[in-house]
Amino acid sequence: MAVLAPILGRLVKALITLLAIAVLNFFLIHAAPGDPAVVLAGEAGAADEQMIAQLRERFGLDQPFHVQLGSYVWNIVRLDFGYSFRQGAPVLDLILERLPATLILTLTAFVISLTLGIALGVAASARVGKASDSVLTTLALLFYATPLYWAALMAVLVFSVELGWLPGFGYETVGAGYSGLARIWDVIKHLILPASTLGLFFMAVYMRMTRASMLEVAQMDFVKTARAKGLSGPVIRRRHILRNAILPVVTLAGLQAGQLVGGAVLTETVFAWPGIGRLMFESLAARDYNTILGVFLVSAAMVIVFNILTDLVYRLVDPRIGARA
Amino acid sequence: MIRRFASNKGAVIGVLILLIVIGLALSADLLFPRGPWAMVQRPFLVPFTMDGFPLGTDTLGRDVAAGLVHGARVSLLVGLVSTIVALAIGVPLGAVAGFYGGWADEGAMRFTEFFQTIPNFALAIVLVAILEPTLTSITLAIAIVSWPPVARLVRAEVMAVKSREYVDAARLAGLSNIRILTGEVLPNTVSPIIVMASLMVATAILLESSLSFLGLGDPNAMSWGYMIGAARTVIRSAWWLSFFPGVAILVTVLALNLIGEGLNDALNPHLSRKGTA
Repeated sequence: MAVLAPILGRLVKALITLLAIAVLNFFLIHAAPGDPAVVLAGEAGAADEQMIAQLRERFGLDQPFHVQLGSYVWNIVRLDFGYSFRQGAPVLDLILERLPATLILTLTAFVISLTLGIALGVAASARVGKASDSVLTTLALLFYATPLYWAALMAVLVFSVELGWLPGFGYETVGAGYSGLARIWDVIKHLILPASTLGLFFMAVYMRMTRASMLEVAQMDFVKTARAKGLSGPVIRRRHILRNAILPVVTLAGLQAGQLVGGAVLTETVFAWPGIGRLMFESLAARDYNTILGVFLVSAAMVIVFNILTDLVYRLVDPRIGARA
Repeated sequence: MIRRFASNKGAVIGVLILLIVIGLALSADLLFPRGPWAMVQRPFLVPFTMDGFPLGTDTLGRDVAAGLVHGARVSLLVGLVSTIVALAIGVPLGAVAGFYGGWADEGAMRFTEFFQTIPNFALAIVLVAILEPTLTSITLAIAIVSWPPVARLVRAEVMAVKSREYVDAARLAGLSNIRILTGEVLPNTVSPIIVMASLMVATAILLESSLSFLGLGDPNAMSWGYMIGAARTVIRSAWWLSFFPGVAILVTVLALNLIGEGLNDALNPHLSRKGTA
């Protein structure tokens, strides 16, 4: 229970946050230039007078403002995100259909960026001031300044178009008819480029943080004690410094996991990855506001879930946190 | 302080690069008086093959170099203005929260936390899509997603400074809260804000380019992100259309990051160990 109680508190807070986002969505619809009913219908060309009248009635747009707000939020609570007239399907169905692809992509990118980032940060801090440290920090600085979508396009150009090593398009080979392991391998091959370009920026962030954190902890007294005890450099680094240095990195990673979801819009657009980010991009061109707002809400929910999960991991890694809370 | 900044090689390179970019942006009309939209040659002209068009032409025969130079204006302008707007939201909010504490702090921080939970980029997309893409809405959207870290930073700094002796002295001298906050406390929080602001301009440029890449740029303003977005589908046949604008973004953002780190080392020397990471 000691572990669960604070999590319960966070869940309540998460629900309140999601409700607040639903309210924000409502105000956004009304902030859009033009009639909210037309906004909801989207400029699909299909918005005839009769449909607009129906929408106005369905969303109670002829009712007082607070009633409209209430019914909008209530619809969201019931997971009714409205209907995408452009795609001819309920928004929730569209999102659920695409969500697994985005989850695979963002989770893989998260794991790649965190493990590589921490490993390279530790490596750089162990060789601080040497040439290999400079090379690593310069690379991190470059990746940190690289636009995500451009890195993705260049990766397609080099590894897919020029070298032909990896597919640069889609989720699996269309019409190949793979099954079982062959299919999984096919998906993995399609996943490598999108996941690594999405993780590149964050890898740089985590690497810089790990390196700084390692160097800071290395100055502390207990490390001197360990050194005085005659422990070897690698043992001190792994067992004493890294364990303490890694905590702020994991916290930051948890907070930034949300940015991965946003970044997925760009990566999925470049690689035609069939996730919710690509759905959002398609909806932008179609001005399909219902879908855009639905994806927005779901990505915020994903961020909250990510945060709660890291919090949980954090408590397991460091029991002191649970005791303090 | 300036000497400390100048002794940082990275920071000096950053300043030089930024000055060149600013210079190009300012002289865009002199260098390319026909503007970035004029169709000046045959489409898909390969770079380095024709005098006068060193970076080639795009799918409609527009000069890529002209696009880059005119696009620099949009990137710098949006980066700078959105950072100023974000500071205008974040600084007062963080200052009030940190200075007054109590329910003002509680309320302001809840509000900030809410905005920090929402995925930045997704919110920016939604805002620009709904408000229609114009330079104003893009700048505003970037400011709205960028202010929360400012508010948190200012709050922490104000809380650290407000219990210093000279603040007590000002209070004893009978100065009003507002005078103490604006005259005594805030001036002492300026250096970390400057460091953060320089890094925010870099992030804002990345955000603007990402929005334009998705087709959410101002249709009347040539921008680097738009150029890459428009070239996305022809990447297999015309690499240079996406390559050069990307390099422009990378170099500009890198320069701003280097300047930010240099400022950090120069303004907060006691933190320089962390800052060099």
